[in-house]
Amino acid sequence: MRRGIAATALVASLALAATACGGGSEDKASTGGPVTITWWDTSDATNEAPTYKKLIAKFEAANKDVKVKYQNVPFAEAEQKYKTAAQAGNAPEVLRADVGWTAGLAENQYLAPLDGTPAVKELDAFNKGLVEGAKVNGKLYGVPQVTDALALLYNKELFTKAGVQPPKTWAELTTAAKAIKTKTGVDGIYLNPDSYFALPFLYGEGGTMVDTDTKKITVNDAAGQKGVQTVVDMIKSGVAVKPDFTDGYNNMQAAFKDGKVAMVINGPWSTADDLTGKAFKNKDNLGVAPVPSGSAGKAGTPTGGHNLVVYNGADAARKEAAQKFVAFMTSAASQESAAIETGVLPTRDDAYTVKVVADPIRAAFKNVLADSTARPAVAGVSDMFTEWTKQYIETLKGNTTVEKGLDATAEKWKTNINSLKEYSVD
Amino acid sequence: MKTATADPATAARPARTGLLTRMKRSYDRHWYAWAMVLPVVLVIGVLIAYPLGRGVYLSFTDANELNVAKQLGATEIPATYQFVGLDNYWRVLSGADGEFYPKLWWTVVWTVSCVVLHYTIGLALAMLLNRRLKGRSVYRVLLILPWAVPPFVATYVWRMMYNSESGIFNAVLGKLGFGPVDWLGDSLMQKVAVIGVNVWLGVPFMMVAILGGLQAISSEQYEAAEMDGASPWQRFRHVTLPGLRPVSATVIMLGTIWTFNMFPIIYLMLGEANALNSEILVTYAYRLAFGSVRDYAGAATYGIIILSMLLVFAVFYRRLLNRQEAAR
Repeated sequence: MRRGIAATALVASLALAATACGGGSEDKASTGGPVTITWWDTSDATNEAPTYKKLIAKFEAANKDVKVKYQNVPFAEAEQKYKTAAQAGNAPEVLRADVGWTAGLAENQYLAPLDGTPAVKELDAFNKGLVEGAKVNGKLYGVPQVTDALALLYNKELFTKAGVQPPKTWAELTTAAKAIKTKTGVDGIYLNPDSYFALPFLYGEGGTMVDTDTKKITVNDAAGQKGVQTVVDMIKSGVAVKPDFTDGYNNMQAAFKDGKVAMVINGPWSTADDLTGKAFKNKDNLGVAPVPSGSAGKAGTPTGGHNLVVYNGADAARKEAAQKFVAFMTSAASQESAAIETGVLPTRDDAYTVKVVADPIRAAFKNVLADSTARPAVAGVSDMFTEWTKQYIETLKGNTTVEKGLDATAEKWKTNINSLKEYSVD
Repeated sequence: MKTATADPATAARPARTGLLTRMKRSYDRHWYAWAMVLPVVLVIGVLIAYPLGRGVYLSFTDANELNVAKQLGATEIPATYQFVGLDNYWRVLSGADGEFYPKLWWTVVWTVSCVVLHYTIGLALAMLLNRRLKGRSVYRVLLILPWAVPPFVATYVWRMMYNSESGIFNAVLGKLGFGPVDWLGDSLMQKVAVIGVNVWLGVPFMMVAILGGLQAISSEQYEAAEMDGASPWQRFRHVTLPGLRPVSATVIMLGTIWTFNMFPIIYLMLGEANALNSEILVTYAYRLAFGSVRDYAGAATYGIIILSMLLVFAVFYRRLLNRQEAAR
């Protein structure tokens, strides 16, 4: 019985943790000594962290009155960890937040607005779409640090063998995949069974997830259905590999790296991993093209990436230090060195220096970014993707139709996502 | 640590001498016992009673992340959630949220099938190990091994083995000339897969417990039964099983409660997105509490409902056993 109680107590204690007063009042910075701020970095601890640590050392050398405590927090846990800390009043001053978290964190009042602060003195240099994506109700809550978008990654060698060009539309992709299969025996494309990776198909038909202007859930409209139908047809006809539904992403990467599949749809974060595979021993074999377009005649890819956000509960001195730090980390020079050393994509045009675009993969991704679409700025976007992925997987398994799957998704969004309660569903 | 001292002023109120005198007497005689128990009472109060009370309270409100009190450094944001009475319970139990009954049904199926398999396999293995055979201790150690592996480690290893493209099961099936099985994709296969892992993890505990029970049955009973010409099956049926009753009753109840709330296997094996029809109540409650907008009230409601169900089960189960005992 003890176990049963303990389990419930666990659930209850979550609530306790949420409401109990956190003893988070750290020692106030005295006016004399340096201010210490903490940065939770969610980047890859082996490939990216050393670069950022070097940048911190540079920042501290230039600003003697600020000390930055670096903590690398695994990306998968960071959002929940930050929320718990933020509620209790002891969150880090700066967090590297996924663009999808920013709206939710801001709505909870965890983030300090940054308009007009030293953090954004060069805002004009940043990509407009990314800046818009970091705004909630017209206020800016984050400064874009890195960006990414989905692209079509392909194996050039297999393309040459089959005599095909990078496809411009999904129809062309189907033809190319069939040619590759007959000429080389290799599967055409592996599609990750995750709703985020379904967005290019949706955007390609002119569909969207929700329309924030008219307060409407639009994922299940005709365009949305057409987009998902394309994926279903590809898997049915064998153009796309029948994916694994639990480890889809890892299996996709494994197949692509081993040269068992000619194309995948993935982001720039995955290229470093691709290059460790035997199919890409020669770095030039990895091709990057914009995602194909749908019947609407335009290609669309979701914007991802990370913003640096500042904690609302920090005192004035720490906030100021945090803003300075954010400005430094998102400066052209910092973004350039991060891009060159780790392969991430800068968020401002002046950071795409000659050295940065010298790398063909990064140069290609820069083109991909041109037609990327920001995600809806509503709280709970990650929950939306989770709900949608569940139905999407059922659809791809053939347990439900495209229409029923998307309708169920829209229903679930309306009932389970607080910020969509007022939205209408067709 | 202050030892509690009685305040004579309060202890001598004439109106309620009965109880107070009794308490005082008990305190005079057993004050050291009270003092010994006090730390435990405090710890349980802080760790269990308070959160539980808080959970019950939250389940009557509409608390979520947007409206609870927050302490942001110097600024304090007061709570704005409201008392909604039995609304949450009504929404869940009337089936309006659409999640409860399908998940409850699967949770019950999962619990019953796991416990039945745990018990029968555990009993069979215990019977095998209860006789003199060469290398018995080696077998015992090997069979206890799954118990020593942390559930999440075991789950990840099994997950690799189940992988539809690179997993060992499908490789073996391929060698035998069968097609691959989508172990973690297909809804039914998912359920078979998670039950399989849980059985693998849970059998050792049952085996060890039952082995202890078997060794407590005196050999005289078996000898007497043999004298009377009882067949092995009759000996098992009329000596072993009744002798195991006290152990069985306990392990089955424990097993039921543990399995009902077995979080890591299902959560880690299937992830969040792939478990549309294979989530149990506990994993769902967790997702409510740790979604991208935390739903404290919903999670607390599920928690309290789960607790109530297990309480009712435990009470009735004990009664049933007591009645059986009395009847014999």
